Amino acid sequence: MFVLFCPHCREKREEEEFGYGGEAFRVRPVAPETADDETWGDYLFMRKNPKGWHWELWTHTTGCRKFFVVKRNTATNAIAGSWTLAEGRNVYDAEGGAG
Amino acid sequence: MKKDYSFWSLFAKGLRHNEGWDPAWRSATPKPSYNVVIVGAGGHGLATAYYLAKDHGIRDIAVIEKGYLGGGNTARNTTIVRSNYLWDEAALLYEHALKLWEGLTEDLNFNVMFSQRGVFNLGHTLQDMRDIERRVNANNLNGIDALVLDAIEVKRRIPILNTSKSARYPVLGASFQPRGGIARHDAVAWGFARAASKYGVDIIENCEVTGMDIADGRISGLETTRGTIRSERVGCVASGHSSVLAKMAGIRMPIESHPLQAFVSESMKPVLDTVVMSNAVHGYASQSDKGELVIGAGIDHATSYTQRGSPHIIEHTAAAIIELFPIFSRVRMNRQWGGIVDTTPDACPIISKTKVKGLYFNCGWGTGGFKATPGSGNVFAHTIAKDEPHPLNKAFSLDRFSTGHLIDEHGAAGVAH
Repeated sequence: MFVLFCPHCREKREEEEFGYGGEAFRVRPVAPETADDETWGDYLFMRKNPKGWHWELWTHTTGCRKFFVVKRNTATNAIAGSWTLAEGRNVYDAEGGAG
Repeated sequence: MKKDYSFWSLFAKGLRHNEGWDPAWRSATPKPSYNVVIVGAGGHGLATAYYLAKDHGIRDIAVIEKGYLGGGNTARNTTIVRSNYLWDEAALLYEHALKLWEGLTEDLNFNVMFSQRGVFNLGHTLQDMRDIERRVNANNLNGIDALVLDAIEVKRRIPILNTSKSARYPVLGASFQPRGGIARHDAVAWGFARAASKYGVDIIENCEVTGMDIADGRISGLETTRGTIRSERVGCVASGHSSVLAKMAGIRMPIESHPLQAFVSESMKPVLDTVVMSNAVHGYASQSDKGELVIGAGIDHATSYTQRGSPHIIEHTAAAIIELFPIFSRVRMNRQWGGIVDTTPDACPIISKTKVKGLYFNCGWGTGGFKATPGSGNVFAHTIAKDEPHPLNKAFSLDRFSTGHLIDEHGAAGVAH
């Protein structure tokens, strides 16, 4: 069980209130018509699944129902922070897409 | 080499207070090179080594393990064995495993305590029952024993099950596989280790892979915490840590690692003589030969490598079991643990060659790998020895995630294991 901070509600709540959305910042193929099967398969199914710091999506299911991003260490469950998608993207890019 | 176990050897050693038993398998130090290296000394990895030695005549094998033998998911599952899967590919693979289970104790000369006490998959809605009929029919066409039972028959066979019409999720019936059952998980690891060790396989514990030597699309060895080990054929059987190994080889995997929790109760007198699973209520239970209830349920939603799950999942599991068996409401739990399961998008394993020549992966078993242990090792050994998949694991290649030939087994595999 971990406690997550929802950047929209500005509240710390228990994990049970949230839904897990998987790896954050996955990029849909920019040219869908010309993307080959490998590219589509990669986008749809392949995941980093790191043992360590992981950028992931969460949604505040029983609260504001908005998505946000969390940077969590999958080896320890330590949480570095939560951000809205736009803010999180900036932090993620600034550290060079860690994990 | 070590002598076979027999009734006489048990009796004779018993007279001497069970002193003087030899270690079941030989703990080795790594040699500089091997013909084949298997990464991961769990049930699947040891089975792979065993069948490589037995069926394919390859004896120069190391099984390396970052922790201790059988200390990962082999020791953390709920030991259920069945083969009643919907799709042909999966059903035939698991049935292959079930047939090997049936002769495994004799084959390994090690009692894996395989007990074919039957497996019930309960249906709680009309749609559940339609799905069950479809799956049972598919099983029968594939030569797998399965039948549909109504609620009265289920109640007759499992008297303690709550089949009351006023239950929140009333039991309308079940599918039943008589040849399904449970086995002793540790004995599976020890039995395969002993049998493989007899063929000269080196089992090397506390040896973690830290890197892979890959050049020109070909593997030539592994960097480990106990030095470099050269080998041109490497099979990775690392369940929850498969993504970590794949990353070393620059391969992307469609795997997410989640904790799956289970727990056992204190020992009780026999009360449940079969295996009961329910996808709708989300739990499964059986009683071990020691008398403990062995209980499991769903995975934690978030990915994690922590080998422990969140307490609210335990609460849901307990609620599900009490819903099915109100009589268990005051049973005290003895132990609880988590294992890291490697889930795939279609709930089916990956037993495959990779784009790196000589590097093979056997992973993605998710929440239900234990039942496949001998079959998985058997077909993976074939894949490594021949450098091409066995007919039974051809469909389970990594490229199905780009060709789109997924084997959607969420219905038969989703929760219940």
